[in-house]
Amino acid sequence: MKIDVRRNILEANKELSLRNSDFFRENRVMAVNIMAAPGAGKTSTILKTIDALREKMNFIVVEGDIASSIDTDKIKKRGVPAVQINTGHMCHLDANMIKGVVDNFEYGQNTVLFIENVGNLVCPADFSLGEDINIVIASVPEGDDKPFKYPAIFLKADIVLLNKIDTLDSIDFDKDFFYEGLSVLRTSFPVFEVSCKTGEGFDEWANWLMTRYEEKFPGSGSAR
Amino acid sequence: MHELSVTEGLLSIVNEEARKRGVKKVTGINLVVGEMASIIDESVQFYFDILSKGTASEGAALFFRKVAAEYGCRTCNHVFQKKSYDYNCPLCGGKAIIVNKGQEFYIDSIEVENDEN
Repeated sequence: MKIDVRRNILEANKELSLRNSDFFRENRVMAVNIMAAPGAGKTSTILKTIDALREKMNFIVVEGDIASSIDTDKIKKRGVPAVQINTGHMCHLDANMIKGVVDNFEYGQNTVLFIENVGNLVCPADFSLGEDINIVIASVPEGDDKPFKYPAIFLKADIVLLNKIDTLDSIDFDKDFFYEGLSVLRTSFPVFEVSCKTGEGFDEWANWLMTRYEEKFPGSGSAR
Repeated sequence: MHELSVTEGLLSIVNEEARKRGVKKVTGINLVVGEMASIIDESVQFYFDILSKGTASEGAALFFRKVAAEYGCRTCNHVFQKKSYDYNCPLCGGKAIIVNKGQEFYIDSIEVENDEN
């Protein structure tokens, strides 16, 4: 005998992600899920963005890595509250892991939470965390074919940062090909070409982020 | 790479459904999985066989119905499945946009033994 079930296999994660989302809203937090391959510049982008905006906004950071607290140490050294999640064998962060660490921070001010996912262009695409914005950071040295090879993660992205744009002269990277790979996934895709090294593109990206905060919490004036 | 946690979720839903309906034995599970879901079928079945031991789902076979992503031509509206990395329309060569994301990931139904109901 056949019985209809029609239930999403990841419904437990979805349910928890909605609770995280409620928590963020109640605490004036906009959560940003940052996904990228290892070495694309996730931590550097977080630090550079905080440098650009810390006068206007409070920042907290959750770092996801298989092992080590290297990234959290870097963030804390700049005086920004950060919590490390070591996932052990797990290839991604999930909503339950985020739920387990959000109580480590103090709230009350206008806050952006950066969640640095495990360096991986595959698995993080399947797990919602309760985030408001999904970002994929691609970097020039990784090659121009990534949107073709990992469409699921780019499909999840609200925005793409193309990092290490300062290396464009020394690396064979066909920008048109990269953008073609994105164009099939969405009619209009915000892409910011940035360099953590030179600071190129960070004003535009930071403005975009502040606009999203103002949209989520109207009247905040993007200021503390 | 996260088949273990996925399989745990799958098993917990199936056993909950079985319990709710007084089913003693689940013999098959029909899954619908889109092309964009990063799951390897054999690996899920492997974990399932281990995790389901001693539960109502022990020995159940998993059937995967795969759903391909589909692309629509922006010029002639032809809908197609892409091959390799070529996203251009096979009919007119026009640029395409994804129309079915292939993100399905659900349990459609379960097969259970009749005599226990």
